[in-house]
Amino acid sequence: MQVPDVPKEIPRIEDPGIDRRLEEIDLEEVERVIVETLDKETAARLKVYLETCVHCGLCSEGCHYFLSHDKDPRYAPVSKVKQTLWEMARRKGKVDKTFLRNAVRIAYLECGACRRCSMYCPFGIDIAYLTMVVRRIFHKLKLVPQYLQDTVNSHAVTMNQMWVQQDEWIDTLQWQEEETRDEYPAARIPLEKEGAEIMYSVIGPEPKILAQLLGNISLIMTAAGYDWTMPATDGWDNSNMAMYSGDFEIMARVEKLHWETAQRLRVKRVVMGECGHAFRGAVYDGPRWLGWTEPPIPMVHAIEFYYELLKEGRIKIREKYKKPITVQDPCNTVRGRGLGDKLRYVMNALCEDFRDVSPNQEHNYCCGAGGGLINCGANWKKIRMWGNRVKAEQLDATGAEIVCTPCHNCHSGIEDIIGHYKLGMHVKFISEILVEVMERP
Amino acid sequence: MYDFVSGPLVWVAFAVFIGGLAFKFVTTYASAKGEKVVLPTFSGKHGLRSLLHWVVPFRNRNTRLRPIFTLISFGFHLCLLATPLFLMAHNVLWHRAFGVRLPSIPDPLADVMTVIVVLGGGFFFLRRLAVPVVRYVSDWKDFVLVLVAVGPFVTGFASHQQLLPGDTLLILHVVSGVVWLMVIPFTRIVHMMWYPFTRAFMGSEFGYVRHARDW
Repeated sequence: MQVPDVPKEIPRIEDPGIDRRLEEIDLEEVERVIVETLDKETAARLKVYLETCVHCGLCSEGCHYFLSHDKDPRYAPVSKVKQTLWEMARRKGKVDKTFLRNAVRIAYLECGACRRCSMYCPFGIDIAYLTMVVRRIFHKLKLVPQYLQDTVNSHAVTMNQMWVQQDEWIDTLQWQEEETRDEYPAARIPLEKEGAEIMYSVIGPEPKILAQLLGNISLIMTAAGYDWTMPATDGWDNSNMAMYSGDFEIMARVEKLHWETAQRLRVKRVVMGECGHAFRGAVYDGPRWLGWTEPPIPMVHAIEFYYELLKEGRIKIREKYKKPITVQDPCNTVRGRGLGDKLRYVMNALCEDFRDVSPNQEHNYCCGAGGGLINCGANWKKIRMWGNRVKAEQLDATGAEIVCTPCHNCHSGIEDIIGHYKLGMHVKFISEILVEVMERP
Repeated sequence: MYDFVSGPLVWVAFAVFIGGLAFKFVTTYASAKGEKVVLPTFSGKHGLRSLLHWVVPFRNRNTRLRPIFTLISFGFHLCLLATPLFLMAHNVLWHRAFGVRLPSIPDPLADVMTVIVVLGGGFFFLRRLAVPVVRYVSDWKDFVLVLVAVGPFVTGFASHQQLLPGDTLLILHVVSGVVWLMVIPFTRIVHMMWYPFTRAFMGSEFGYVRHARDW
């Protein structure tokens, strides 16, 4: 492992979504939006959190940015609240452009809303929620990193994250079905099958840049003998970057369509691919914004699904994966759903030499890419890398060659970390390992 | 003078303390009804589970990571709450004012507990200056609050030891106690009331909603 130098002062990083907007922004509008959001969109929770925080700094241990920047006080969760929401509330919205520039960077790039700090705050203050309130304000001010906003625009126009058109979507599924049938002729990707047991949903990047994952699931579902289907219409994408930009109206539209699609197909449950934020959006944030206490149909994350099919013996393992392997506990499915034990069951069932991380499970460090961070674009990559040295050290300490990342953001984020810190490791999804080691009937 | 401060002034203090907290609680509860997540996702079982992991030292990772801080903090808070409630001299006052008696702690033990509070307060004050993160997020009010919190203990101890002749220390003790009670609803010391609720809410969020642990 090599640790490149980190500059003492954060360099100014150009981003048209921020720079151009700041040139024209009207500070009276800023004041109005801040006051309106704090008065009308928040209630008891925010008030109690702001009153209760005793400025003890115990949350700092929870933040990988703080730990990676040698405990620089600016990166403690409480300090990030001080530099954003406290000031907005204290100055009653009367903030200047220097404050805004700093606060935008903190809210979108230096906090991934991973919620680890809530497990270190003695009061259990939901600091990630405070970050989301700040992002909500910035969304309403149209002060959002350009790349992230573009992704949200894609959601708004195409109802998926990556500007995938409907014909491209269907074509990609059929192409992957055909590819899989070359080696496993029984494999199918059933489209629009009403009344199937399972609807399988994925995130936009799968058809766009990781199409082989669709082939993998075709093989796995067919081999395990499930009655499953995928939609041919919009509503197939379960990802949701609007949730992270603060555009909760678009977030709700995306989630609503996803659930309506599942209901139209009259499936018993929705199984989703290896993605963490999509689970969060579909099961928690989306339904809550829509006023539902839970989704209309049960959602099963890939980790739980693979656990189920291995536990039930629906798929037999031919020969376990040999290379030393470790795992990334995704925040949104382990801290956010308690799937840590099931993930370990899957790892041990598939791999001969599984080496756990420390700290692990709910206490695992975030990959530094989720929470919309990686979607802010390549220009911001260094902020993520400097802020996650602890992740590199943690992975390096396992001595593993492979990192299993059952989440798309983790997958990309860890790949970046491996490259930046020269860890010489590789990343893999569970499905990639599974198709390699499973018995094919 | 003593009769006034220990009579009407104390009643005013209790009225502000209890009335302030009650007002705060009622208005916050009403406001919480407007939240989509607070009341619908609240689970007594998971809230209690989380609370138990946090009111018992070393039952969560953060208290294990900093054992000395944990012992000081738990000692400080325990003695801060227990000493004024169970002090023998206060028990006489409870009985005179409300006709109830609480269990009493022997005076020598109360002295030790008072010293723990004062030293703990000193530790927190110095920690605010010495630990960079805490200093970064502290303002003058945070320092004053530590002084307000330990004020009644310093004066109470001095008065009990009769370090000055006459009523002076006793009057100072009552006045500092009155200040302490009256500021609770309006400053960060209100964490005393909110603590079980914020903790139980997070316990519900993690346990009931997300099937995970928050300790």
